[in-house]
Amino acid sequence: MSILFTGRATGAAAKKISLLRRFIMFWLNHARQAVASLGELWRTPSASILTIAVLGVSLTLPATLHLLVKNMQQISSSFTQAAEISLYIREQTPDNQVQSLVAILQADRDISQVIFVSKQQAMTEFQEISGFGAALNYLDSNPLPDVIRVLPKNTAPEAAQLLLKRLSNERIVDFAKLDIDWLTRLNAIVSMLQQAVAIIALLLLSAVLLIVGNTIRLSIMNKKDEIEVMKLVGATDAFIQRPFLYTGVWFGIFGGLLAFLVVELMLWWLQGAISNVTALYQSDFSLMAMSFQEFIGLLIIAVLLGLAGSYLSVRRHISAIEPTGP
Amino acid sequence: MLQFDQVSKSYPGGFVALDRISFRLEKGEMAFLTGHSGAGKSTLLKLISLIERPSAGRVLINDIELSRIKRSQIPFVRRDVGIIFQNHRLLMNHTVFDNVALPLVIEGFTGKEMVKRVHAALDKVGLLDKVRCLPATLSGGEQQRVGIARAVVNKPPLLLADEPTGNLDPDLSKDTMRVFEAFNQVGVSVLVATHDLGLVARMKYRTLTLKHGRMINDGLLQYQEPV
Ligand SMILES: Nc1ncnc2c1ncn2[C@@H]1O[C@H](COP(=O)(O)OP(=O)(O)O)[C@@H](O)[C@H]1O
Ligand SMILES: [Mg+2]
Repeated sequence: MSILFTGRATGAAAKKISLLRRFIMFWLNHARQAVASLGELWRTPSASILTIAVLGVSLTLPATLHLLVKNMQQISSSFTQAAEISLYIREQTPDNQVQSLVAILQADRDISQVIFVSKQQAMTEFQEISGFGAALNYLDSNPLPDVIRVLPKNTAPEAAQLLLKRLSNERIVDFAKLDIDWLTRLNAIVSMLQQAVAIIALLLLSAVLLIVGNTIRLSIMNKKDEIEVMKLVGATDAFIQRPFLYTGVWFGIFGGLLAFLVVELMLWWLQGAISNVTALYQSDFSLMAMSFQEFIGLLIIAVLLGLAGSYLSVRRHISAIEPTGP
Repeated sequence: MLQFDQVSKSYPGGFVALDRISFRLEKGEMAFLTGHSGAGKSTLLKLISLIERPSAGRVLINDIELSRIKRSQIPFVRRDVGIIFQNHRLLMNHTVFDNVALPLVIEGFTGKEMVKRVHAALDKVGLLDKVRCLPATLSGGEQQRVGIARAVVNKPPLLLADEPTGNLDPDLSKDTMRVFEAFNQVGVSVLVATHDLGLVARMKYRTLTLKHGRMINDGLLQYQEPV
């Protein structure tokens, strides 16, 4: 409705259109403008490609670091659960003393499981696994000690460490072993990496915001005349802004997709190298790729950043353009 | 419909472009605004289209004071005022159709309704065969007429033109003026700024004459063509 002329029907809204049709038109209009913005990108390929490339690279780094942390967490958690203390029994300890220690340990509240492996059992196992087989029969005596394997209830490194200290004080225990130092270190590294990822992500994402904002600013400056004309014939800032916001969204989509592709390529490249390493360690570790949710998350973050960057730019620069008139 | 009440405009630096201007333009009236170059014609039109604000006095359209219009409302006021610019101000990398359709798109028109109105406006200025052309491929006069079609496509009640015949030959100038007359005859108020005094005198319409920012004459121009 016109401000100056009461009763002057203006615009399409003046025509009696059903709510449903207007709703459909609304989305149709948006789709049309989105496609138009895409066409605009197509027409200035060099600037667009450069921006999208910078965006893709900026998003690749945080995404890669995120995957790195995710995989390291997987490693460390799989080992934490297997935290196991081995008690090596002194040589020549009578069997009944060993059995009574096993009974005591089974009653211990800090311990969830006790497995006793006698030296004979150990030898048989060793013969099977090592492949020396019958050759070992030529040994005069069994050099292996009795071993009690203990699984602590609390598998956190610190708790396991305490239990280890206590158990190694047992009289018949020669020494107790818990390979845990590297685990503590790994945990520390993971948590440090997590923080580093957060900081780097924050920095790079604000870079993305600035890059998109600047590209949109340049394109607003290029269209200054056009924007003035639109303002002169009655376009609102919101109307003028819309195509630029769509451009920001497209930057986000393409930047996000590029980042995804680069990450996938990198994983594919690394997979070979990593399988060599894991084969050496007889581990069944396999590299975790980006999940579908993570992919969608990456895209959403990229689109939101593109939109936010263009919004910041558009808010400042479009209202600043004032037509100078006839 | 349009009223100036003791309006002055001085530009930054203190230059007084308009000095206590008062006049009324009634609904459905057509008038010329003349004066030598630099007299303040464009400035007066800019005050109506809210490109500039007056330093003193009041500009009213339909008894609504334009100084009361908020910044966010300016686009809606401009939709009620069709403006034809001295230097055309067309979108050079869009077709004639897109240029004329712009005010309609802004108001949310789509599809057949939009096409119908664009064709009607282009038909009135005799450019229907150039719908798909780019402005750069048109002559100066044709570009000017595209600007006219754009200004009238959404049927504004008030039409302003700044030197619409500035670079046209006499015949084309007369044709352009006839187009304005045709709009005036369907009830549109028209104010045309021009320094083409011969043309103004021949057309026999009310003429507002500016000189150094002052209104020195309001009425039929006294100039008579030699018989
Ligand atoms: N933006 C501006 N800043 C300063 N002076 C201006 C500006 N616009 C116009 N002027 C001055 O105001 C006077 C009137 O200009 P204008 O209204 O364009 O005259 P006309 O259209 O009658 O030729 C001129 O002397 C011009 O130099
Ligand atoms: Mg002028």
